[in-house]
Amino acid sequence: MIQFIKRFLKKHLSSLSDEATAMNERQALANSFKEFLMGLFRFIIILGICYMILAPVFGIISNSFFSNKDAYNPMVYLIPQDPTLERYEMAVEILDYLPTMIKSLVFSLILMLMQIFTCSMVGYGFARFDFPLKGLLFGCVVIMIVIPTHTIMLPLYMTFRLFDPFGLCTLIFGQPLSFMGTPVPMYIMTLFGCGLRSGLYIYIFNQFFRGLPKEIEEAALVDGAGIWYTYFRVMLPNAVPSVITVAVFSLVWQYNDTFFAKLFLIPQDQSIGIRISSLVANIANQYQIMDKTIQNLYLDAGIVLMMIPVVLIYVLLQKHFIEGVERSGIVG
Amino acid sequence: MKKRKLTLSQKRTLSGYLFILPWFIGFLVFYVRSLFMTTQFSLSELTMDVVNGGYTLEFVGLKNFLYAFTAHGSFKQILTTSVMDMVIDVPLIIFFSLFMALMLNRKFPGRTLVRAIFFLPVILNAEAIVDAVETATMMVATGVSASSQEMAAETVGMGMSYYIDLFGNLMIPKQLLGYIVGAVDRITSIISASGVQIVIFIAALQSIPGSLYEVAKIEGATAYETFWKVTFPMVMPHIITNVVYTVVDSFIDSDVVNLAYTTAFSDFNYGLSSVFSLVSTLVTCAILALVVSFIQKKTFYYN
Repeated sequence: MIQFIKRFLKKHLSSLSDEATAMNERQALANSFKEFLMGLFRFIIILGICYMILAPVFGIISNSFFSNKDAYNPMVYLIPQDPTLERYEMAVEILDYLPTMIKSLVFSLILMLMQIFTCSMVGYGFARFDFPLKGLLFGCVVIMIVIPTHTIMLPLYMTFRLFDPFGLCTLIFGQPLSFMGTPVPMYIMTLFGCGLRSGLYIYIFNQFFRGLPKEIEEAALVDGAGIWYTYFRVMLPNAVPSVITVAVFSLVWQYNDTFFAKLFLIPQDQSIGIRISSLVANIANQYQIMDKTIQNLYLDAGIVLMMIPVVLIYVLLQKHFIEGVERSGIVG
Repeated sequence: MKKRKLTLSQKRTLSGYLFILPWFIGFLVFYVRSLFMTTQFSLSELTMDVVNGGYTLEFVGLKNFLYAFTAHGSFKQILTTSVMDMVIDVPLIIFFSLFMALMLNRKFPGRTLVRAIFFLPVILNAEAIVDAVETATMMVATGVSASSQEMAAETVGMGMSYYIDLFGNLMIPKQLLGYIVGAVDRITSIISASGVQIVIFIAALQSIPGSLYEVAKIEGATAYETFWKVTFPMVMPHIITNVVYTVVDSFIDSDVVNLAYTTAFSDFNYGLSSVFSLVSTLVTCAILALVVSFIQKKTFYYN
């Protein structure tokens, strides 16, 4: 109300004299000019930065079509004169593309579902229940985010090399199990909320659930729903934005990950990232192509192949995803 | 026997524990135990038992630490470089992402598309892709085919140094100039490291109540004043989130990590590798604690 009166007074006082009106007009003109300049400035900067981000991606794509002749012709810029699909043919063959891609996508997809299941549950537990030591325990989640994974990589390697938690495996199988060279370590860690960047996902879910109104749960409780029923049938469907955010993050990051894949020696046919990192060596060995420039062209083709599913997922979910990040507030 | 009945609050406490139980077990087994083991490894000589797959530890005290700091060829240098890179990059990333968030927060045609493009580097963060993008940036920037990159880099370098000298003659301090030139040099890496931060800042900007801006406008504040008195204090808490995220993110693929990795899995010197990991983690945590406590003092909390 006060604001309204202030604005009202300002408007009428200023129109008391003609001089003031003229000045207002001049100012309005100056303002609109200023706004135009600001808009132009913004447009140029955004355009420039978009160029910085997109140019290398386009560079990779166009490179992957270069023939040997184009690669050495200084006059060729981005648009190959003599486009060839040979790079793709060889990259597909060496990467064993379709089977590898599908397998690594399925692998990432399973891990994604596990991440969503565990992390949302833990996030909900922290957001809605009061229990002793809650502050301390949530501090542990933050510690998990902060501690770089490489600090614990050696012990993890040792743990899964001879997997024997509390002597259980010896009890059942007579000897500790070795999970090296299988994706099992990833499954176990993710299921127990310690997978790739799980701490971050727990944090995201926690923030989101804290933002939901308590009344939803109370209504469910009054209607006779148990705590687990409330969680799975009422709360989780309400958390779709954050579920999408976590889903995209975990799917894409898992698909891109090579750190854990190398650490646990996950088989090549389940991790396209590992195949890519050995692509150049393979080309050099099998086909005796030693030229660095030409090798890079094959690598570019491989990378385009690797990017395709990720970019497709991103383009499909892009709108929900960015909305989800904003609404679920990774924010505090 | 009569079944004991729990009160509602007891029940809720219990189910709270049940909800976080899986994570808690994982945390104990994979983090607490691992941190303990890393410390243990760093204090001992570790020999792998190839036949049975086990390992034996021989306690050697601080020998590994002494070796890392006094005898190892590159550890100290790599650690300092990584830390320095971080110290330089983090403020740049924070300011850049805040600046970009301010720009993207306005409504303009094609906003969704631009945001999607800004988030692209986060999606394409695989090691191989990042490397290839770096090479391709050079290729595109120099504007000629890959073969004559060096030649082109030389010409570009000459032109740039002329302009830099021009600014130097304007009495701009050398250090500041060097910092800015370095920032411009690394603009690609800064942009690709700011995706998540930009989105966090946009979310923060959108959560500022519009009434604050109205008041500022009525009181006659200029855009500049509005930014420093309203916008900046309101996004302060999210600066902490962003600093933590940036520091952690930049350490995940720093050279120290690679060094620790190769020491363990190529040179099989597990004790030394643990020392590297432990020291770099402690340094990161110390920096984080320092920065966060410093910002927290200045932070204004709205609620």
